[in-house]
Amino acid sequence: MSDVMIDARDLTKQYGPVTAVKNATFQVNRGEVVGFLGPNGAGKTTTMKILTCFIAPSGGTARVAGADIFEDPISVREAIGYLPESTPLYTEMLVLEYLEFVGKMRELRGAGLQARLRRVVEETSLGDVIGKSIGELSKGYRQRVGLAQALIHEPPVLILDEPMSGLDPNQASEIRQLIREIGRERTVILSTHNLAEVQVTCGRVLIIANGQLVADDTPEELAARAGKPRFVATIRKDGLSESAIRDAFSEIIDAQSVKQKTDAAAGEVVVEIVPKGNQDLRANIFHAAVSANIVLLGLEQRGENLEDIFRQLTTGNSGVPS
Amino acid sequence: MRQVLTIGGRQFRSYFNGPVAYIVICIVMLTLGFFFWKTFFLFSRASAREMFRWLGLIMVFALPALTMGLLAEEKRTGTIELLITMPVTEAQVILGKFIGVLGLYAVILALTVFYPISVSTLGDLDWGPVLSGYLGLLLQGSAVLAIGLMASSWTSNQLIALFVALTLSVFFWVLDKFLAILPTNAASTLEWLSFDHHFQSMARGVIDLRDVLFFVSVAVFALALAFRALESRRWS
Repeated sequence: MSDVMIDARDLTKQYGPVTAVKNATFQVNRGEVVGFLGPNGAGKTTTMKILTCFIAPSGGTARVAGADIFEDPISVREAIGYLPESTPLYTEMLVLEYLEFVGKMRELRGAGLQARLRRVVEETSLGDVIGKSIGELSKGYRQRVGLAQALIHEPPVLILDEPMSGLDPNQASEIRQLIREIGRERTVILSTHNLAEVQVTCGRVLIIANGQLVADDTPEELAARAGKPRFVATIRKDGLSESAIRDAFSEIIDAQSVKQKTDAAAGEVVVEIVPKGNQDLRANIFHAAVSANIVLLGLEQRGENLEDIFRQLTTGNSGVPS
Repeated sequence: MRQVLTIGGRQFRSYFNGPVAYIVICIVMLTLGFFFWKTFFLFSRASAREMFRWLGLIMVFALPALTMGLLAEEKRTGTIELLITMPVTEAQVILGKFIGVLGLYAVILALTVFYPISVSTLGDLDWGPVLSGYLGLLLQGSAVLAIGLMASSWTSNQLIALFVALTLSVFFWVLDKFLAILPTNAASTLEWLSFDHHFQSMARGVIDLRDVLFFVSVAVFALALAFRALESRRWS
C-alpha cells in the first residue's frame, strides 16, 4: 500500500442549487494529522461525509486506503474510524454494550474483541463509566465514547468531525494527546474552528471557505507565508493631531502603511506601521518619534497569527500578499 | 450475515431498554383478552378461531408502533450516519432492522400461546388450525412490519412514520370488508389484495401457497422500497 491514505480529486457536492464543496483536491499521507479549518457551512462536514461514503459526491472521486469510494465503499468504510459531528450515539445503550456492538459490526469477535475493548477503554479513559447508559453521560464522556467507537478496529484512517467541541480544557488536552499519538502511525483528519487547536494538534492545515480549498500548508508555513511583521507603537497623545502623527511616521522610508488604531487608552495613541518588506523598523520608528518630538511609550513587533490568516482567507478580503 | 444479526440483535434489545415494547405487549394482551373472553363462552366451543380473528386485527394496529422509530429515529438523532458508515451495505441495515423487529413480534406471538393452551384445558382443541393460524399471523405481521419499516425510511419523524404505516396497513386489511357493494370483478381484485382475506384462510387451517406468497411478496416489495429510500440519501 502506498503512503497516500486519502486521495481526493475534484470533489464537488451540489445540494440542489447550493454548491457545498467545489473541486476539492488534496492528498493525505500516512502518519499525518490534518486539520480541516473553515467557518460553519464551509464544506468541512460535507467533505468528511463524502470520504466516509455516507453521501456521494456530485463530481470527482476519492480513494481511501487505496479503495475507491464509488467502486468499493465497504473497503473504504473498513479503513475508516469516523466520529460524526455532535457525536450521535444510541443513548439507551450502556457504554460497554455499545462498544461491543460497534466491535461486532467491525467484525471483531471473542478474545480479539475483548482485547480491543480493553485497549480503547483505557486509551479514552472510559473505565469509570463503562456500565452506565450513554444517555446519562456528560458531553465530554460522550465524546470519548464516540472516539472509542472510531478507534476500536484500529483503523488506518481516522475522520473526526469536531472532536473537541464541548470538552473542557483538561479533557481537550487529553484527547489532543491521544490524537497526536494515534497520528504517529495513522492518518487523522479532524475538523475544527478552533485555531489554537490546529496549531498544537495538526501538522498540516487545509482551510476551506465557501466549499473551496483556499490553503494547504503547515500551520507554521501558513503563518510565515502571510506573516509580515507589523510594528505597533504606543505614543503619548500630547494634543497631537492625527495627521501630524501620520506625517511623523510616514517619514520612515521603508514603511508601507501607517494607521492609527482605535483601541488606545485615554491620552495615548496606538499606531500600526507595516514595512514594505520584512525590514525591522523599530530603530527607524524610534528615530522618527524623537525627531518629531513624540513621546514613545511602547513599541512591539507582531507577527500575524493563524487567526488573522484564517479571517483573511475565509472572508475573501485578502490583505495578504502571498 | 453476521452483521445483519448484530444489527437485528441490537435493535431487539433496544426495544426492551425503552417503553415501546412493554406498552405494545400490554395493549395487545389486554385487548386480546377482552375480545377473546367476551365471546368465548357464547360459542362454548374449544376453538382458537376467535383468537386469530381478533389477533390479526389487533396486530395491524399495534405493529406500526414498533416500526415507526426503526429508521426515523436514527435519522432524527443522526445515529444512522454511524450505522451506515460501518462496513455494511444499506441492504444489510434494512434486513437487520427487519429481523430485529420481527424477533420482537415473535416474542409477542409467543406470549399469546397462553390462550390456545387455556382453551385446550377446557375442551378438545384441534392444534392444526392453531399452528397454521400462527404461521398466518407471522406472515401477515411480516408484511405489516415491512410496510412500517418502509414508512420509517421515508421520514425522520416517528409520528409521520406511524401515521403512514397505520394508514397503509389498515387500508390493506379493510379491503375485503366492502365487497358486497362493489361490482364482481373489482370485488375479487380487492379481495385478493386484502390482508385479512389471505390471513383468515390460514386461520381456518388452510395453508395455501398463494397466501404465503402474497404476504412474502408484499414484505419483499416494501423492504425493497425502504432500501431505495435509504440508499437515495447518498445521491440527494
